[in-house]
Amino acid sequence: MNEKNKPILEVKGLKTYFTTKRGVSKAVDGIDFTLHKGETLGIVGESGCGKSITSLSILRLIPSPPGKIAGGSILFKGNDLVTMSENEMRKVRGNEISMIFQEPMTSLNPVIPVGEQIAEALRLHQKMGRREAWAKSVEMLKLVGIPSPEKRAKQEPFQLSGGMRQRVMIAMALACTPEVLIADEPTTALDVTIQAQILALIKDLQTKIGMGVIMITHDLGVVAETCDKVAVMYAGNIVEHATTEQIFANPKHPYTQGLLASLPKIYEDQEELRTIEGSVPSSYNMPAGCRFASRCPYQEAICTAQQPELVEQSDGSKVRCWKYTEQWTGQVEQEEVV
Amino acid sequence: MLMFIIRRLVQTVPVIIGVTFVVFFIMQLVPGDPAVLLAGEGASKDTIEAIREQLGLNRPLYVQYFDYLMNLANGDFGVSLKNSQPVLDEILVRLPITLELALFSILITIVLGMGAGIISAVKPYSMQDVGVMLVALIGISLPSFWFGLMLMYFFSVKLQILPVAGWDSLLHVILPALTLGAGGAAIVARMTRSSMLDVIRQDYIRTARAKGLRERLIIYKHALRNALIPVITVVGLQFGALLGGTVLVESIFAINGLGRMIVDAIRMRDLPMVQGGVLFASLIFVIVNLFVDVFYRFFNKRIELN
Amino acid sequence: MSLEVKTEQPIVVPQSIIQPKESRLRDFLSIMMVNKAAMVGAIIILFYIFIAIFAPILAPYDPYEIQLENKLMPPSFEHWMGTDDKGRDILSRILYGSRLSMGVGFAAVAFGAFFGIIFGLVAGYYGKWVDSIIMRIMDVMLAFPGILLALAIISALGPSLINVTIAVGAFSVPLFARIVRGSTLEVKRLEYIDAIRSLGANDFTIIFKHIFPNILSPIIVQGTLRLATAILSAAGLSFLGLGAQPPSPEWGTMLSNGRDFLFSAPYIALFPGMAISILVLGFNIFGDGLRDAFDPRMKK
Repeated sequence: MNEKNKPILEVKGLKTYFTTKRGVSKAVDGIDFTLHKGETLGIVGESGCGKSITSLSILRLIPSPPGKIAGGSILFKGNDLVTMSENEMRKVRGNEISMIFQEPMTSLNPVIPVGEQIAEALRLHQKMGRREAWAKSVEMLKLVGIPSPEKRAKQEPFQLSGGMRQRVMIAMALACTPEVLIADEPTTALDVTIQAQILALIKDLQTKIGMGVIMITHDLGVVAETCDKVAVMYAGNIVEHATTEQIFANPKHPYTQGLLASLPKIYEDQEELRTIEGSVPSSYNMPAGCRFASRCPYQEAICTAQQPELVEQSDGSKVRCWKYTEQWTGQVEQEEVV
Repeated sequence: MLMFIIRRLVQTVPVIIGVTFVVFFIMQLVPGDPAVLLAGEGASKDTIEAIREQLGLNRPLYVQYFDYLMNLANGDFGVSLKNSQPVLDEILVRLPITLELALFSILITIVLGMGAGIISAVKPYSMQDVGVMLVALIGISLPSFWFGLMLMYFFSVKLQILPVAGWDSLLHVILPALTLGAGGAAIVARMTRSSMLDVIRQDYIRTARAKGLRERLIIYKHALRNALIPVITVVGLQFGALLGGTVLVESIFAINGLGRMIVDAIRMRDLPMVQGGVLFASLIFVIVNLFVDVFYRFFNKRIELN
Repeated sequence: MSLEVKTEQPIVVPQSIIQPKESRLRDFLSIMMVNKAAMVGAIIILFYIFIAIFAPILAPYDPYEIQLENKLMPPSFEHWMGTDDKGRDILSRILYGSRLSMGVGFAAVAFGAFFGIIFGLVAGYYGKWVDSIIMRIMDVMLAFPGILLALAIISALGPSLINVTIAVGAFSVPLFARIVRGSTLEVKRLEYIDAIRSLGANDFTIIFKHIFPNILSPIIVQGTLRLATAILSAAGLSFLGLGAQPPSPEWGTMLSNGRDFLFSAPYIALFPGMAISILVLGFNIFGDGLRDAFDPRMKK
């Protein structure tokens, strides 16, 4: 486990809402987590659960309007990013906290050489000169395993493959040796072999630099490979927060259980993937009770009446589910959940 | 890239031939017998027949067309019916003036249009955006010939700071170029704005923000370069509208360019002159379009593959 | 004169408009209610149409009546827009002129749309060499810059308002053909067209009963924006003396006349130009609004 020193990133009660013609969408609705130096936190959930919005909120990159951080705080080394001035915030972005986006094909500027795209952050944050920044960006490209980096640095994104572009994104994110790296689905767009290489690369650089990593993904396989602890998100809330071992060995929230059950198992001859039935409630119109209730096999009266809190369990994990509270009656017959 | 240029060049040939065919064909629509017209009233049958023979008008149309093409290839655009001078000579005298006007106008179109478009896009839905776009909408609705007259009235008659008409100094260029360039500027402004707004939503702009770059740098370095690529095509097409517009503007400001030459020739029923002028302007437009296409392709290749 | 280009991007039929006829009309009305800009444009256009219809009732004077004793009078209570060099009432002339200037615009666009739609449908539906030939011809027509094709046609046919209509209409043909072809290709791909064909419908039925109704919205948008350009072009040609001839109260002709008195009586040129500008603005606003409403991709 990680040393129990002060966390570098502490998210408390973060709420990010979008105001549109249809009403207010509560994309992220009060989430808490912490990240320590050298630690990797996985944020898992289906698309639309708010995990990407969470990551964008940390860097204050939510398009506004319509988006807005409606409450909570994001403490980075003790300073609240939510209330920070735009000027100060810019010094954090790409310097102390940086981000890798999920679409390597579209996240690089198509008309600027990739070397320049890396170098401009160095010139800005590290106050490097043109020549020095360029040399450093070539070095970064080499570090992320791009062959003949001097040549590649001068090329534009269209001349690089998808895997290489993602490596460029990583080089760009790590150029200023950030303390926190947010990786938003860094490997979804890539094929499996390159996926493994990229994850290994991030892991490797993490140990070298000693940064904290937030790994945003819908892929539990990626979580198992890279994360120390996991926050499972559902409809804008964290429903379960535990160590990676706990999540896989003893998932508590019915949603987590469902997610694990939907993983393809190599030794089982499955016809099709198990999926969780039902659909996520609209973020514009959240139910009063537990947001997972409508899809939950254990649903009781209290589930639809009142929303459960995220409660710490005896093993240190946290779950947002009535099943693990004293109010739970257990009268409804339980179905077998695989 | 080279292949593209070659293919595009090859595609241009039938278009040019098509243009010559249309121009040739339109002249066949002229009511009445050109030989009779040429011979003048009261000419004898023999005279008319002689003229017909002399001009080859008694041969089948396709032979005449082929002849016409051959002559064009040799730089022979025909002879003016009014002063019997070669049409090409007259065109070459007028052309530099029109090109000069077109160049200044397109400059106004680009600078004014892109500038206004950027001002709008930087703060979408703000007062400055709504204001600029309203002006642009009015700009595309104004008849250039009226706009030109009003500019002339205001600057030349009322304020008396600019010359009324003519083409003698740089001061003479201002009003005609503004008249001709304004409509295009409005279109380019609208295009630039929508292109900028489109680009600002792209992932790579978010990446630039995540790097901590200043908004100014994001807009001018990361967004503008991409946004201007589709605008290039519009500017190119605008050049065609502009060439057409010279007809009106040159008439208003009494500029002896190609456009006015065509209008005067139509009034005097000097068909070879009209034919030559329209053909020449069209060839210029086709060539400009060719350049724009190659230019666009060159810039766009990087984006298409994304 | 310089907006020939505006609708270069093909406007493609969105899936959502493939639906029965009654609801299409209702959609159209609801679009009008929601899209305020389109509404403003529609009101301007309707106002002009009203003027054109009731010109004889609305006009205070005979637009042709020459009263030399009243010539070159600035705007006053008797003559709201003043009088021209022959003492004719400018307001009355503008009111009557709306019939000519709008009439030419509508006729030219109808002419262009008719041939353009047929060419576009045939090219898009049959594809292959038919498509190639038609579209290459359209390319050639588009290779003429601005109104120069119209000028060439007029030079051959002679100056008159009818010839201006033909010339301006001819210039619209390739623009309609391009858009109709693109939309036809889109609709042709839909499964239900295949289903109808397998039921034994002939090409004519498929094209006019099933494809054409589904590509109406891009045609309407294009038509509206073309009207703006056509009115401008026709007025421009008349301004050059190649269209309507004096003493016709066509706006371009009036402007041309007013140009000779720019120093002494600028209002002669001022009002016809304003009449054109506001009408064209109406069509542009209306067309923009329609495009936003019909084409979800163009929306913010």
